Amino acid sequence: MTARSVAMTIDQVAVRFGGLVAISDMSFTVGEGEIVSLIGPNGAGKTTAFNVMTGFLTPSAGRVTYQGTTLTGLKPHEIADLGLIRTFQRTSVFPNDTVYDNLLIGLHRQGRVRLLDAILGLPGARASERRLRQRASELIEWVGLERRAYDTAGSLSYGEQRLVGVALALAAEPSMLLLDEPVSGMNASETHRFVELIRSIRDRGITILLVEHDMPMVMTVSDRIVVLNYGRIIAEGTPDVIRNDPAVIEAYLGHGAARA
Amino acid sequence: MRAAVTILVVAALASVPLWLRDPYLLNALITTGIFVIGAMSLNLLLGFTGQLSLGHIAFFGIGAYVSALTSLGFDAGLPGGFRLVHTSWPPIAGFVLAILVAGSCGYFVGLLSFRVRGAYFVIVTISFAEVVRLVALNWVELTQGPLALTNIPSIALPLPGFGELTLRTKFHNYYLVLVVALIAYLLIARLVHSHFGRAMRGLMENETLAVSVGIDVTRTLTLAAVISAAIAGAAGSLYAHYIRIIDPEVFAFINTVTMVIMVISGGKGSLAGPVVGGLIFGLLPVALRPVMAPEAQWIAYGGVLIAILFVLPRGIVPSLAQRFARRRSGAAALATAALTDTGAKEPA
Repeated sequence: MTARSVAMTIDQVAVRFGGLVAISDMSFTVGEGEIVSLIGPNGAGKTTAFNVMTGFLTPSAGRVTYQGTTLTGLKPHEIADLGLIRTFQRTSVFPNDTVYDNLLIGLHRQGRVRLLDAILGLPGARASERRLRQRASELIEWVGLERRAYDTAGSLSYGEQRLVGVALALAAEPSMLLLDEPVSGMNASETHRFVELIRSIRDRGITILLVEHDMPMVMTVSDRIVVLNYGRIIAEGTPDVIRNDPAVIEAYLGHGAARA
Repeated sequence: MRAAVTILVVAALASVPLWLRDPYLLNALITTGIFVIGAMSLNLLLGFTGQLSLGHIAFFGIGAYVSALTSLGFDAGLPGGFRLVHTSWPPIAGFVLAILVAGSCGYFVGLLSFRVRGAYFVIVTISFAEVVRLVALNWVELTQGPLALTNIPSIALPLPGFGELTLRTKFHNYYLVLVVALIAYLLIARLVHSHFGRAMRGLMENETLAVSVGIDVTRTLTLAAVISAAIAGAAGSLYAHYIRIIDPEVFAFINTVTMVIMVISGGKGSLAGPVVGGLIFGLLPVALRPVMAPEAQWIAYGGVLIAILFVLPRGIVPSLAQRFARRRSGAAALATAALTDTGAKEPA
């Protein structure tokens, strides 16, 4: 790992739902421009961690800071305004709109013009609208969905909807992207294409935090891996370190290690 | 094509007073037009944000009362020996104030209820309408209570160089309502197609995702409520200056229900829906009056609504638009579907 400045710090975060401890005392950092994966068996607290980082859930203890700003107490849309954008496991598109309109909605942060200007159709608002349409087309092309641009997002295949979800997140111009199980339900070739996509996103200077079950995919794409089990971190390091960590093999990978 | 249809419809509507001489029918068209404006404002909330305002008539009634009181003047006592005195202003000032006051009421109702939304919004709006009705009924010194505000002046348009044009006749009022309705329609159309409209649609379809791309729920919904309430207030003002007498019955729940029926039957979430639904349910009483008693008419409305939704479940305009599009592109769509099917199989 080269020396990078830290983008996100998770500092002693704990989440309890009543008596259930979803996360206990979790601390790690994500460097600028890094691809970090958060892995762990089902129920290990990965999605809960995502929800805390993006303001959908308030932690019972500890705090998350992103580029020097403490996120605790901020609303999700305020966190999005800091450039911290996430995707979701299931709910990833606006189903009744076309793919193209999905992206226009996703471009919300870029399209803020004064309402009156928009109503009167002033030149500033029109120029902004043209810019958004241009950008939406670029993003569709970038994720390779040109042929589906005018189909409603709900009619797309599962893998295609995932791509729309990522394009939507990119439309919000993230400086850091949190992907929640992006390749679940994808076939091998789709997953392969997705890995390329993640790399090219990183090459644009966007930091990536990934939650994923697909071990081969995680091992290929990650710079660093954080392993959660029962809400606590049991290992952290490069893919090679994780692959050979006895605690991880025992607690999580088990027979899956052979497959990986 | 679309623009041509719009121009034709507007031209047809504008020509009506030139050949229709029956004052009863013209009156029905004017009041229907006023309710269509109300239905359009309701559609902005119900159709484009998915929030059902079951007290929407409150904004309409507030507009009516504000406009009437501004143009009539009043002298009402306040607790502590103060008096609220206002000398009469021109009705056009009442129209503007009606929009502003109704809009700010929309702001407070929105702010109160949109933190929780859904059923809570429905309940808050119902209660709000009831509270406003009770105020109008019981603050007799200000509103004359059940005795009604009478002799409300007609709207007078200042024409630079020509003095004033007082819109007293049905002929004039028809055009006034038509112009306001057109402005409201264009305003809503622009709004819905702007980034703000997309934010509303995003929230309605998938709130979690919308929030995650940076859309502020409370702000977006509150703004929609303000604009919706302001348009309803404008309609209320037109109503007050046209009918020239208003009493607390204007806040009756049945009036909100009428607007909801107009929106649902015409098609919520479509721009033309409330216009079509509004014209049908606004003019139905005219058609039914010779054949049945007023009580029986309500049953007939119910029957018509059920029939419409049975045949065209998404409302008249969206359902017809969908059928029309399907028929026109039927063959083409089949071909594309076949193509994409084979295309999708290739990479696997």
